Amino acid sequence: MRAFAELIDRLIYTRSRNSKLALIADYLRQTPDPDRGWALAALTGELDLKTVKSSQIKAMADERFDPLLFRMSRDYVGDTAETVALMWQEPVGGVPAEDDLSVSTVIDLLADTSRAKAPQLLAGLMDRLDANGRYALLKLASGGMRVGVSARLAKTAVAQAFELNVDDVEEVWHALSPPYAELFAWGEGKTARPDPEGTPYFRPFMLAHPLEETRVDLADYAAEWKWDGIRVQIVGTHGSVRLYSRGGDDITASFPDIAEAFAADGVVDGELLVRGDVQGGEAASFNALQQRLGRKTVTAKMRKDFPAFVRLYDILIEGDQDVRALPWTERRARLEAFVPALDQGRFDISQLIPAESYDQLATIREGARDAAIEGVMLKRKDSPYIAGRKTGLWYKWKRDPLNADCVMMYAQRGSGKRSSVYSDYTFGCWTEDDELLPVGKAYSGFTDEELKMLDRFVRQNTVNRFGPVREVEKTMVLEVAFDSIHDSKRHKSGLAMRFPRISRIRTDKPADEADRIATLKRMVT
Amino acid sequence: MPAENWIEPHPTGIYVKPCDAWIDPSTPRPRALVTHGHADHARGGHGAVWATPETLSIMGLRYGVGAEGNAMPYGEEVDLGGGVIASYHPAGHVLGSAQILLQHDGERVVVTGDYKRRADPTCPPFEVVPCDVLITEATFGLPVFKHPDTAEEVAKLLEARAANPDRCILVGAYALGKAQRVIGELRDAGYHETIYLHGALEKMCRLYEELGVDLGPLALVADQEKADLKGCIVLAPPGALNDRWSRRLPDPVTAMASGWMRVRQRARQRNVELPLVISDHADWDELTQTIEDVAPREIWVTHGREDALVHWCSMRQMKARALAMVGREDEDD
Ligand SMILES: [Zn+2]
Ligand SMILES: [Zn+2]
Repeated sequence: MRAFAELIDRLIYTRSRNSKLALIADYLRQTPDPDRGWALAALTGELDLKTVKSSQIKAMADERFDPLLFRMSRDYVGDTAETVALMWQEPVGGVPAEDDLSVSTVIDLLADTSRAKAPQLLAGLMDRLDANGRYALLKLASGGMRVGVSARLAKTAVAQAFELNVDDVEEVWHALSPPYAELFAWGEGKTARPDPEGTPYFRPFMLAHPLEETRVDLADYAAEWKWDGIRVQIVGTHGSVRLYSRGGDDITASFPDIAEAFAADGVVDGELLVRGDVQGGEAASFNALQQRLGRKTVTAKMRKDFPAFVRLYDILIEGDQDVRALPWTERRARLEAFVPALDQGRFDISQLIPAESYDQLATIREGARDAAIEGVMLKRKDSPYIAGRKTGLWYKWKRDPLNADCVMMYAQRGSGKRSSVYSDYTFGCWTEDDELLPVGKAYSGFTDEELKMLDRFVRQNTVNRFGPVREVEKTMVLEVAFDSIHDSKRHKSGLAMRFPRISRIRTDKPADEADRIATLKRMVT
Repeated sequence: MPAENWIEPHPTGIYVKPCDAWIDPSTPRPRALVTHGHADHARGGHGAVWATPETLSIMGLRYGVGAEGNAMPYGEEVDLGGGVIASYHPAGHVLGSAQILLQHDGERVVVTGDYKRRADPTCPPFEVVPCDVLITEATFGLPVFKHPDTAEEVAKLLEARAANPDRCILVGAYALGKAQRVIGELRDAGYHETIYLHGALEKMCRLYEELGVDLGPLALVADQEKADLKGCIVLAPPGALNDRWSRRLPDPVTAMASGWMRVRQRARQRNVELPLVISDHADWDELTQTIEDVAPREIWVTHGREDALVHWCSMRQMKARALAMVGREDEDD
């Protein structure tokens, strides 16, 4: 536990993304199996020990500490697990120095126990650890490390540790399970890459560059609408189906209606949308989709009120044939042949825009009034489907250029009616050194439902308090709309937004893919 | 005579009625008894001051206190008039720090000022002084505060230095006490390289040396080239950690030596990369141990998280009360 506790502790005090990557990579290289795998599972949030919940930790505290002293301490420290770890009375004679519990021993013991016996087992383990070890144990046992590491960052660290391609890591990830022995064996060159075949595994998405100043020739590029939902990948293999988001998160549980309806073998790429009444059954705005996002279970009413469907863009695997290397035109033809066999209520195809010239496309784009249209995609007709963002192949041309994806950094309670909820958000974008700098503050643009969700996020992801202000885990991406952006000496980022408001909550987007300060600087007027 | 009849706690200090003197007053008074040199206890502008010779020197450096000072070597008694006998006893907090014992009409009252129980290479250790009423501090008066072994924390600092040969280790430490203690602890751990100082720490370090505390080779950051500070240990007041000044250092690892570093959130608030739990105050176990060792009839708690300590006393059927003292910042650690 010592190395793991040290890792957790240092991650807490490290702000830069590169240093975090280096810390995790070092740990993964130096720690033996299966400990490193369990640690990785803890960092990526894939460790779920059903026996220990925060109520068990609370029960352990109630049994040992004077209630008033515990409450005063908890109020001061701000975190139950940390308070318990710090208050813990070490056994007489101290913690035996040579007795280092392994992470896997701890996990085995906790996985084998029952909820009723968990507090006692946990207490026994606490007696064998120092203060940092106790903190790491309680965080490990109850899930929720909150050390500012996203699943994507942890996977990037795996790639960095063993000089692998992060997209290759993503691909095999969902085919593996903790403690990922095959992953490390591959990383260390002892075995070939684990073969995810036969499991509905994730393939990294192909992404687009913003068009900005670039002009393309429509003889070489096809234009299609970019829809305002979330990008998803649907994977069907031998009757099992998975839905993945951009970051490779498995979101099948939130959209069982889609998974059940996908009766095909293959992998397709599309936009997940919900049907709205507004346009006669067409796609509703992103706000409606929010109702369905991030839910672990979906009620029948929700399925009925916000029926989901997928508008398909591309096909990666048809049957068991990998078609990613084929040119886009060829894949498009296959997609057009593939879609009619699917449930028509749940799947359709994203229409191409018949534009002869770039100017004509610009006019069509300006005229688009559909709430679910986000802009236009331009895809090189001969482009293969390649993971990541490859220059010159795909471009996105957003309808409203004054939009930025930002990461929530701080939150504050509102005033008046909103004085009990965290409704004022400070958000930031990335610098060249991968640090977040605040670029603005917004307190409007969201529905009451969304506000509830954001408030909950702030409370559950606070890493720091400065008087009334809470600093949050940098994982929540907010799409911010603004009227204009200007140079400003008052802000460290050198930028000030005019009338910023939250236009969407991008729970589907990993924080490290939020916009960069440099991108915003180009929008300055 | 019971203490409450002749000692009055006020928000601005403790008034000793029979001899018309104030202990650690926060406003100028004609007669002041000062426990130690930290700014929340020692102020300028008093008439007569009674303090240890070291504290008087520190006050001299800070406020120009001179002729009005009455030196109180540890253990010597002085008659303050009105039947009050005062004596000063080591508090182990910083150089010159004292607990003040007041005796009047058969009653013994000890005012601890700030104190700690563990060893400090820069000042004599705390002495248990038996008394009827113990007036104690409670800066770290919550059971979450248990300062780890100082040697372990110093080892962390030296490890960080060894692991980062291309960076310097910048340690935030208060100018009076903590800075010299960190230097002393480093020397005790066998580190004899030059330690570099922010200009604001220089005078106090020199004074410590004049008062007989050997700090080994020291030099000012201002006199060095940036590149020459790679692999070095640099000390600065906490306020300088994140300001422009630190840009003259080679990619510093920011550390902070303070008892507050025990709580992660406090360390993160300070943007600290390497928190070092090195405190000049008693932790929870030392506070409660001292109450048990001194075994007074009554405990009065001056400043800090007094509610928790008062509650702890009341659970043990000890008579305790919290005094509402103002201006006692808990940031001097
Ligand atoms: Zn002090
Ligand atoms: Zn003090």
